[in-house]
Amino acid sequence: MDRFLFLTVDGLSRGAVYAAFALALVLIWRGTRIVNFAQGVMAVATSYAAYSVTGATGSYWAGFFVALLAGLVLGAVVERVVMRHVEQAPPLNAVIVALGLVLVFQGGLGMIYGSQYLPLPTPYSRVAMTVGGVPLLSRYDLFVFGTVLALMLSLALLFTRTATGLRMRAAAFEPQVARLLGVNVGGMLTLGWALAALVGALAGMLVIPTGLGLHPTAMDLVFVSAFTAAVVGGLDSPLGAVVGGLVVGLVLSYVGGYLGSGTTPLAVLALLVVVLLARPGGLFSAAQARRV
Amino acid sequence: MRRSTLLRHLGITALAALILFVLTYVLDPFRDYQLATAAAYLCAAAGLTVLTGLNGQLSLGHGALMAIGAYAVALSQNRFSAHGVTALWTLPVSLAAGVVTATVCGAVIGVAAARLRGPYLAGLTLVVAIAVPAMATVFGGVFHGDQGLSVWLPPVPAALGENFPFEQWQAWLALTAALLTMLLLANLIRSRFGRTLRAVRDNEVAARLAGISVARTQVLAFVVSAACAGLGGGMFAVLAQSVSPSAFTLTLSLNLLLAVVVGGLGSLAGAVWGSLLLVLLPYWTDALVGRLVLSPALHQRLAGNLPLAIFGLLLIVVMIAAPGGIQGLLNRAGRWVRGRRPGRPARRAEPFAQEAEPPAPAASRT
Amino acid sequence: MTALLEVSGLTAGYDGVPVLHGIDLRLPAGTICAVLGANGAGKTTLLRTLSGLVRPSAGRIVYDGAELRDVSVPHLVRRGLAHVPEGRGVIAELTVEENLRLGGLWRRDRREIRRGMAEVYELFEPLALRRKHLGHQLSGGEAQMLALGRALVARPRLLLLDEPSLGLAPRIIAQIMGLLRRLRDDTGLTVLLVEQNVRSALSIADEGVVMSLGRVVAVAEADRLAGDAALRHAYLGF
Repeated sequence: MDRFLFLTVDGLSRGAVYAAFALALVLIWRGTRIVNFAQGVMAVATSYAAYSVTGATGSYWAGFFVALLAGLVLGAVVERVVMRHVEQAPPLNAVIVALGLVLVFQGGLGMIYGSQYLPLPTPYSRVAMTVGGVPLLSRYDLFVFGTVLALMLSLALLFTRTATGLRMRAAAFEPQVARLLGVNVGGMLTLGWALAALVGALAGMLVIPTGLGLHPTAMDLVFVSAFTAAVVGGLDSPLGAVVGGLVVGLVLSYVGGYLGSGTTPLAVLALLVVVLLARPGGLFSAAQARRV
Repeated sequence: MRRSTLLRHLGITALAALILFVLTYVLDPFRDYQLATAAAYLCAAAGLTVLTGLNGQLSLGHGALMAIGAYAVALSQNRFSAHGVTALWTLPVSLAAGVVTATVCGAVIGVAAARLRGPYLAGLTLVVAIAVPAMATVFGGVFHGDQGLSVWLPPVPAALGENFPFEQWQAWLALTAALLTMLLLANLIRSRFGRTLRAVRDNEVAARLAGISVARTQVLAFVVSAACAGLGGGMFAVLAQSVSPSAFTLTLSLNLLLAVVVGGLGSLAGAVWGSLLLVLLPYWTDALVGRLVLSPALHQRLAGNLPLAIFGLLLIVVMIAAPGGIQGLLNRAGRWVRGRRPGRPARRAEPFAQEAEPPAPAASRT
Repeated sequence: MTALLEVSGLTAGYDGVPVLHGIDLRLPAGTICAVLGANGAGKTTLLRTLSGLVRPSAGRIVYDGAELRDVSVPHLVRRGLAHVPEGRGVIAELTVEENLRLGGLWRRDRREIRRGMAEVYELFEPLALRRKHLGHQLSGGEAQMLALGRALVARPRLLLLDEPSLGLAPRIIAQIMGLLRRLRDDTGLTVLLVEQNVRSALSIADEGVVMSLGRVVAVAEADRLAGDAALRHAYLGF
C-alpha cells in the first residue's frame, strides 16, 4: 500500500509536468495546426542555459529564471525565423522542419556541452516527507505542483480575461476574420509560440533533475509522453491535455514501479495505440463546431 | 505495367550491377565498406520514400523496423552457427527471416496507423522508434540489452580466392540487396498499385469514390516499406557483424527521413542521393574536424555532433527552399537544359524517378 | 459631397489570375451603394481588395482623401473601415460578448468599447439575451446580427458588407436592410453592399453598381436600375 501511495504521488508529480508540456503542445496546435516536435529539444536547450548560468553565478534561481526567459525568446525566434515559412504549407512540411530543428539542437548542444549526463540541481529536497508515518510528498513535489498550477492559472487568465488572450484565440480560430478585425495575426502566432516555449522551459527545469541528468536527448521520452497525453486528451482541448498528462503520469509511474523502469517506453506506446485505435480524436474530442 | 517498362528496368538494373561490380574492384576496402553502408541505407530509404513521398504517410519509426530486421538476422545467424551450420545459404535465409519479421511488424503498425493522419501518425511512429530499442533491455535474456549481440557470418566463399577483401564481399551483398529493392520498387511504382498509392495521397475522398480501399492501401504501403527497412536493417547486421540498441536510436529514423527528403521525396533516385549523403557527410565532417588541432575528447564531441547539426540544417533549408530535394533540383536543371535546345525531343524521365518532379510536399501556396 | 472612397483602374486577382479588370468606383460619404452581379463577377474580390486582404496588381484606392498603398488590414480597420465577409465570420468558439469585444479591441479606450457594445445590444435585442452563448449556438439571423454588430462596435465610417442576406428569412432580411438605412440616415454611415438579393439591396441603396466578369458594366441611381427593365434583364436576371 505504501508503495502504491508513493507511486501515485510520484505519478501525479510527473503527470503535472506532462500536463504542462502537453498544454504547450496544444497551445501551438490550436494556433497553427502544427505539432511542435521540437518542443522537447527547446526545453533541453533552455535547461542547458540554466545550467550554464547556475554554474557561473552559483544561484539556482538565476538559472531558473534565465531558462524561462530563454524559453520566451527561443519560442519567438523559432516561429519568426523558421516556422513562419511553413505555416501555410502542407502539415508534412512543418513536421519535417521541426524534426530538422531537433537534429540541429541536439547536434549543437552536443557540440557545446558534450554527451555526458550533466547534473541539474533541484531547489528543494526530493526526499519524501512522512505524513502519518507514510512517506508521501517531497518538498520538490510540492514545488512542482505549485509552479505548474500557477502557470496554468496564469495562462487560463491570460486567455479568458485579457484582450491579448482574446486576440490570440481569435487569431487561432479564424485568422482571416481576426485580420479583418484588426488583429495582428502574425504577432499573436509569435506570442503563442513564445508562451508555449516558456511552458516547455518550465517543464524541462522541473523534470530533468528527476531523471538521469542533462543530455541532448533528455526530453525525448518526456516529449513522447506529453504528446501521448495531448493525444489522449484530444489535441484541441487544453483541459484534455491536463487530464491526459495526469493520466499518463500515473500510468507510467505504476508501470515503471511494478514492472521495471525499462518498460516505460513500451507502456507509452501501448497507451497511445489503445487511445488512437479507440478514439482517433482523443478522449475529449468535441464535435467540430458548426460554421455560421 | 507494360512489358517494355519491365524490360527497361531489368536492363538498367543489369547495367548498374555491372558498373557497381567493377567499381568494387576499383575502390579500396574502406570505400567498399562505405559503399556497402550506403547500399544498406538505400534499401530502407527507398522503401521510406515510397511510403512518405508517394503515399503521404510520414513514418518516424523506420529505424525501429531496421532494428527488427537486424536483430532477426542476428538471432537467425547465431542459431545457425550454434547448430554448426556454416554454409553460405544461411545468409539469404536469415535475411529473408529479417524481412519477414519486419514485414509482420510493419503490418501491425500499418493497421494501427491506417486511420491516422498527419501528426498523429508521426507521433505514433515516433513512439515506436523509441519503444522498440527499449525492448532489447526489457527482454534482455534474448537480446542482451545494451551489450547487443554479435552476428556470426559465413566466411567469404573460397572460390573468390584467399585474399579477397571482406569489405568487398560485404559490398557485393549489400549492393545485391539494394539493386533488388530498387528493381522491385521501380516496378511497383509503375504498376497499378503505384498509381493507387498516389491517388490516396493526393485525394483520399476521391480515391474512395473511385473504389479504392484506402485503409488497405495504407497498410500495404506500410508493409512494403517495412520489408525494405527490414532488409536494410539485416544488411546493417551483416556489415557491422553485431547489433545493439545504440545503433538503432531515434536518430536513425530521423536520418532516414533526412535522406529521403533531402534526396527528393518520392523519388528512388532521390533515395540514392540521400543514402550517399548519410554516409559521406559524417565522413567529410570528420575529415574537416580532423584538420583542426584538437584534443581527442573535443574532436569526438565535434565529430559526433556536427553531422547532426548539419543534417538538421539541411532538412530545414531543403524543406523551405527546395522541397523537391536534390532530385528536384536536378530535374529542374535537366528541364532547363532541355529547354535551351529546342531541336532535341524531350526524352522520357529517368526510369527510377517520377514522371515529373517529386510532387511531394508542395511549395507553399496561399 | 466628398467621396469617401474612390477607386480607379483597380486590377486584382489570385495566384496571378486576374479577377478584377480595371474597376472604377466612386462612393460618396453617407450613402449606400449596392454592388450587384452574377456569381463570379468579382464582387467579393472587390471587397477583399478594398479591405486589404488581397493586394491589387494595378490601380488606385483613395480612402478618406489618402491613397492606400501597401496598407495593412489592421491599419485600415483603425481608420474606420469594417468588412463583414461572406459567411459572416462569426467565430464559433467564442461567445457573443467576446465576438463583439473583438470588434472594438483596436480602440484603446475601454469605455468606448463598452459604450459601443451597449449600443449594439440596444440595436439587436436577441444578442443582448444571448451574451454568453457561443458563436455556433446562434441561428443564421442571430449570427448575421452578431457579425454586423461586431463591425458596428468599432463605429466604422465605411462598412463593406458581403451578402448579408444569405440564408436568412425574408423578415430578418427586411430588418437588417431597415437597420442599414437607419444607420445611414442617423449616423452618416457609408455602406458598400454586395448582394444577390437585388430587390432588397436596391430598396435601400442610393446607387447601384453592376459588375460582370470583373468589370463594371453599369452604374446608376438605384431607382433607375430598379426601373430599367432592359438593364435588369441583361445583368440582374429579372
